[in-house]
Amino acid sequence: MTRKQRRLTLIGSAGVVLGAALGLVLYALSGEIALFKTPTEIVEAKAGFAERLRIGGLVEEGSVVRSEAATVSFAVTDTVNAVPVTYVGLLPDLFREGQGVVVEGRLDGAGIFRADNVLAKHDERYMPKEVVDSLKAQGVWEGEGGKAAN
Amino acid sequence: MLKSVTDLANPTRFLAFTAKALPVLVGLTLALFAVGLYGALVLAPPDYQQGETVKIMFIHVPAAWLSMFTYGLMTVSALGTLVWRHPLADVAARAAAPIGAAFTFLALVTGSLWGKPMWGTWWIWDARLTSVLILFIMYLGLLALWRTVEEPTRAAKLAAILILVGSVNLPIIKFSVDWWNTLHQPASVFRMDGPTIDGSMLWPLLVMALAFTALMLTLHLMAMRNEILRRRVRSLGLAAAGGVA
Repeated sequence: MTRKQRRLTLIGSAGVVLGAALGLVLYALSGEIALFKTPTEIVEAKAGFAERLRIGGLVEEGSVVRSEAATVSFAVTDTVNAVPVTYVGLLPDLFREGQGVVVEGRLDGAGIFRADNVLAKHDERYMPKEVVDSLKAQGVWEGEGGKAAN
Repeated sequence: MLKSVTDLANPTRFLAFTAKALPVLVGLTLALFAVGLYGALVLAPPDYQQGETVKIMFIHVPAAWLSMFTYGLMTVSALGTLVWRHPLADVAARAAAPIGAAFTFLALVTGSLWGKPMWGTWWIWDARLTSVLILFIMYLGLLALWRTVEEPTRAAKLAAILILVGSVNLPIIKFSVDWWNTLHQPASVFRMDGPTIDGSMLWPLLVMALAFTALMLTLHLMAMRNEILRRRVRSLGLAAAGGVA
């Protein structure tokens, strides 16, 4: 082995060890790194969460109710389970039924999520309005949310 | 002219070659930006959801790609320093760092400006945004390291090791949106099932990406030339002061 090959082997093996260690750390922390919990995780945990948390999913079709004083209630769904949410304040422009959202706040005793912040999740699709209209006209449009917010 | 690429290992030949190559590269950069900006700002239609805010993407996405490309280039240079002791490898890495930092900063700022109207927040600690912030801090840390260590070969070695350690962040940035749930959307261009951007917006984006790449290479060659000259001035100064080089 030449000195160059030895140095390359040393760096390569250090890289493999470092990569493996980091992979294990990230895997162990994946629950912490995830930005939000899904409605199913909330429903299955049942006991409720005392701490502040984020829930991500789609705004359920037909669930948005606007009442006086800028109060909005809606449900966040992952198409399997849904969590009811109430929120007082201004909503982002992209907020609408079927849109992916992330809500921040706390669960109250009755299982209703009191959000103090609502963020809209944008999907990875970019296209002009005319293309969307023509897709809708042909009946091949997959809907606003596409796949459920992952 | 050059016989092979390895001739560029010699700093003098490198200076002679880049003196000829740079004007061509500058012209190419200007031409690509002219086409890319016209396509992005004038020809590309507004998005069905974002309206005109989509224009930010034409700066944000190429800047983000280049922030990672530049770090990749530095990773190759770091191997060149550590394994082959290539005389220009550390010059290349050092010259690239401020450029990479600038692209990363641009990606973070434009992303923030887009995030406020679209998401409803300037910043969120999701996996993508956080890993790109770490990339920015890596660039700043490397720049600080080069400045702190006086002795050039020691500085080169330490910086190369730090660059290699930091390179594990590149796959994390790329796949953060697939491995964890994030507010940031998944990839739209480099994905298994093909781009999810309409052709009318995709071509200006790709031309802008080429323009950013040409800009990066231009700035990098200029910075490398300056770095070579700076090192010559330094060793001449040392020689004059100590009588030996």
